[in-house]
Amino acid sequence: MAVQIMIPTPLRQFTENRESVSVDASSVGDALKSLCTKYAPLKKHLYTDDGKLRSFVNVYVNDEDIRYMQKESTPLSEKDVLSIIPSIAGGRA
Amino acid sequence: MANVDLSAEEIRRYGRHLIMPEVGMEGQKKLKAASVLLIGAGGLGSPVGLYLAAAGIGRIGIVDFDVVDYSNLQRQIMHSTKDVGRPKLDSAKERLEGINPFVKIETHELRLSSENALALFAQYDIVVDGTDNFPTRYLVNDACVLTGKPNVYGSIFRFEGQASIFATSDGPCYRCLYPEPPPPGLVPSCAEGGVLGILPGIVGTIQANETVKLIIGKGEPLIGRLLLFDALKMKFREMKLRKNPECPVCGSHRTITKLIDYEAFCGVQPGWDSYAREEQFEITVDQLKMRLDRKDDIFILDVREPQEYEICNLKGHLIPLRDLPKRINELDTAKEIVVHCKIGGRSRTAVEFMKQAGFRKVKNLVGGIDEWAERIDPTMPRY
Repeated sequence: MAVQIMIPTPLRQFTENRESVSVDASSVGDALKSLCTKYAPLKKHLYTDDGKLRSFVNVYVNDEDIRYMQKESTPLSEKDVLSIIPSIAGGRA
Repeated sequence: MANVDLSAEEIRRYGRHLIMPEVGMEGQKKLKAASVLLIGAGGLGSPVGLYLAAAGIGRIGIVDFDVVDYSNLQRQIMHSTKDVGRPKLDSAKERLEGINPFVKIETHELRLSSENALALFAQYDIVVDGTDNFPTRYLVNDACVLTGKPNVYGSIFRFEGQASIFATSDGPCYRCLYPEPPPPGLVPSCAEGGVLGILPGIVGTIQANETVKLIIGKGEPLIGRLLLFDALKMKFREMKLRKNPECPVCGSHRTITKLIDYEAFCGVQPGWDSYAREEQFEITVDQLKMRLDRKDDIFILDVREPQEYEICNLKGHLIPLRDLPKRINELDTAKEIVVHCKIGGRSRTAVEFMKQAGFRKVKNLVGGIDEWAERIDPTMPRY
């Protein structure tokens, strides 16, 4: 099943500048793994060396944070939009 | 009702507020009785300051320690060309008092720190976060939680912005959203990634809007919601934010009960080995100059964007960072390669990538072409 993953600006350098990528997946974990298979350098930006999602990268299914759903096992259905929202700090400078 | 009065002159000034039932005399008096502390007088602080002064906030404090630079003027609209070289606080105070002499402007020329934040925040009702770095963002958040002051948050990167209100009594805080900062070098700064000048204007006016709503107590504040804005697509999206019961600073079993060392907190995290500085993979501009002068065979790889290359370059081979994975076969592992970008962030990522791809004679130019322009070639344009 095709789901859309929205790529935030800071990570687009790893996805050939694409703002969204479509992958075949039925859970959040599957979707992120196939994204990282497609764009290997992205992996270390999303996952720690022991395979956990990094704590400064938040993942949402539609507008809901997966930490308050079933985390990476959260099931996906057709038309769900997955968003990766990393922290950004700019403002004063 | 707030215990202040409006003069005839103020009533004339705020007339367009006063005739709206959502503000009215009561709301305008609340604005006059209120105090707001702006952290940073830059891209976000400019529109926030201008609109809050115009709206008639009684007392506006501004924290900054920088001076106005030419490269600020593209977006920091509180400052003018004639202000270049002046402390930002001086030009901000002059500008805001010019807009509204009924507002008291208090300037705090200091670097916000764990030592001074709590006492400073205690003097104001609301804090507006317009900082540009992670240590200060976590410091502002924690100090807001500890002093019970709402944190009106805004953040920008290139064409993308975020806004929310943190640290209200029942709402989430910044650490509920992001428990930990990214390691240094992973997320490029605005100095390196660039920013559309209008973007902080849009995000900052959202912060000003939410500040005024908090004060007059009307509407639906941006609490428990993360607003995302994409200026290229002209799209707003909204994500749900929850108060994290496990949050170390605002959760029920909090472990942070006083301010910590935020530079250390945002420094290299354990487990982030691949981003650790490794001297053998670095070169300074002075070393590079010396080696080029003696005609060493060095291949210079420029990982910036073509439009940056046009501004200035070291005659290097241009492969933008994002194209590096698919163009890596253009490079020779046997050659000594020095990689540079503008200030050293992207090139560090490139060097990490190349190391993993088997390159051993690759070095990151510390400080990038900007450092080269500063120390080696002053005729080179800086941007």
